[in-house]
Amino acid sequence: MEFFAQLFINGLSIGFLYALSALGFVMIFKSSSVLNFAHGELLALGAFFFLILSVWAKLPIVLCFLVTLVGCFALGFIIERLFLRPLIGEALIEVIMLTVGLSAMFKGLMLLIFGGNLHNYPDFLPEALSIQWGAISVPSVYVSSFIIGLIFLGVFGFFFKYSSHGIYMRSVADHQPAALSLGVNVRRVFALSWAIAAVVCAMSGIVLGIINGINVHQLSTMGLKVFPVVILGGLDSIGGAILGGIIIGLLENFTGGYISTSLREVVPYIVLVLILLVKPYGLFGSEEIERV
Amino acid sequence: MKDDILLQLNNISVVYADVIQILKGVSLAIRKKQIVSLLGSNGAGKTTTLRAVSGLLKPENGKVTEGTIEYEGRPIQNAAPETITRLGIIQVLEGRPPFEHLTVEENLRVGTAARGTRSYKEDLDLVYHYFPRLLERRKALAGYCSGGELQMIAIGRALMARPKLLLLDEPSLGLAPLLVKEIFQIVKRINEEQGTTIILVEQNANMALQIAHYGYVMENGKIVMEGEASDLRENPDVKEFYLGIAASGALKTYKDVKAYKRRKRWL
Repeated sequence: MEFFAQLFINGLSIGFLYALSALGFVMIFKSSSVLNFAHGELLALGAFFFLILSVWAKLPIVLCFLVTLVGCFALGFIIERLFLRPLIGEALIEVIMLTVGLSAMFKGLMLLIFGGNLHNYPDFLPEALSIQWGAISVPSVYVSSFIIGLIFLGVFGFFFKYSSHGIYMRSVADHQPAALSLGVNVRRVFALSWAIAAVVCAMSGIVLGIINGINVHQLSTMGLKVFPVVILGGLDSIGGAILGGIIIGLLENFTGGYISTSLREVVPYIVLVLILLVKPYGLFGSEEIERV
Repeated sequence: MKDDILLQLNNISVVYADVIQILKGVSLAIRKKQIVSLLGSNGAGKTTTLRAVSGLLKPENGKVTEGTIEYEGRPIQNAAPETITRLGIIQVLEGRPPFEHLTVEENLRVGTAARGTRSYKEDLDLVYHYFPRLLERRKALAGYCSGGELQMIAIGRALMARPKLLLLDEPSLGLAPLLVKEIFQIVKRINEEQGTTIILVEQNANMALQIAHYGYVMENGKIVMEGEASDLRENPDVKEFYLGIAASGALKTYKDVKAYKRRKRWL
């Protein structure tokens, strides 16, 4: 029973990280229908940004966090401005190919600067964050990943549901010409969705970096895990991305714990196929609303 | 007299995809606080005229190649829709596309995009005042609303921006006659009570000329006739071509229809 609870908690906190990074992916897809293949690199960029600040510049951790947040927000904006904006109006496949190119470029740049070795953050999480419950112990990384996930998902959920900009972003996702006719600044919405995506990716990148160490290859592979997560939840559903992330996180940990660690990476995909057989739009993906 | 004019189109030409010319020298003058109706058959260029004004040509790969559009005295041809909407010109699209996965109230809130961060509560009350039906349905997803409700949402959204010039593209499309009457009455009230200038594009010429002050008739990308709405209603050509009443008042025979086609070519 303790073993189960332990796996459950680990799975849940990893799941929150997946959910967070999937949120970034879904945002971009929802507003501009672009599948972002450079997603893993956004994760890695955020993690390395934090590494530079914390290890090389030796800034206080809270400051590192804030600067990374702001920096990645700006980075997302710049990526959209430099690379994606010129392609507005072009065929979707060209934009998607561009993200494949971006992925290769960022990966190459990071390898050039940081090399392929494993880097580590200094130990900064206070021990007080870890929780001990009888035989179950939750290390402080998992607790903090849980907290970060919860905060960001809450903030963005609120943002999309109630804030004006959130509503504009959803309106662009629904019907771009109509949004344009009402004066929604569609280009700004695209830029904002890239910026937000870069921020949430950075957050999950940092926490994954704390757990596993920071390595370009590893983080960009982690980023690819966003695909089973979002396909499971439905490509255009934020709620679905969150639930999908949690499901995949739990599945991985249970398979690793009860069956075998080598199956860990495969099982999410197997379950994914099974779910898609029953629900082709994913668990929460929007089927086209048909009016009767 | 000159101050009275809100929008002026001077001899504009519009070309899509660099080759297809839709408007061939259209000139219009829209006076403040009037409802001006733009009539014409399919493909005459009515929607294109509206798009040229609202800046929505660009996403369709169209462009104003000649002429000027002056709004309150300044040129706005080929400006971006973000700019034009902020000047107070809002177009209600044909077919009233809703934001399906947003609730009715969220749909209305999108209308605030053009005018910054001012509180929207008052505007929301105003829209609900004109469309009480939307208040009842405000929590419903727009994707599940009826056609009439969607038209109300579309006009309501535009109203949220407090436009000075409202461009309505076929509000009666596919609605039951009673509902059309209701919507037109509301449009008229908006014009009278809010002082909003309205350009009304319609196939339903009869209805449009009843609430409009002035009218233009388009054929083949040109204006072929213009005048006070009451005069147009009495004009025998308009009567025959757009109101479907033959000069004698009797039903038309096939021979008359052929004559009508011939006459139409002359226009």
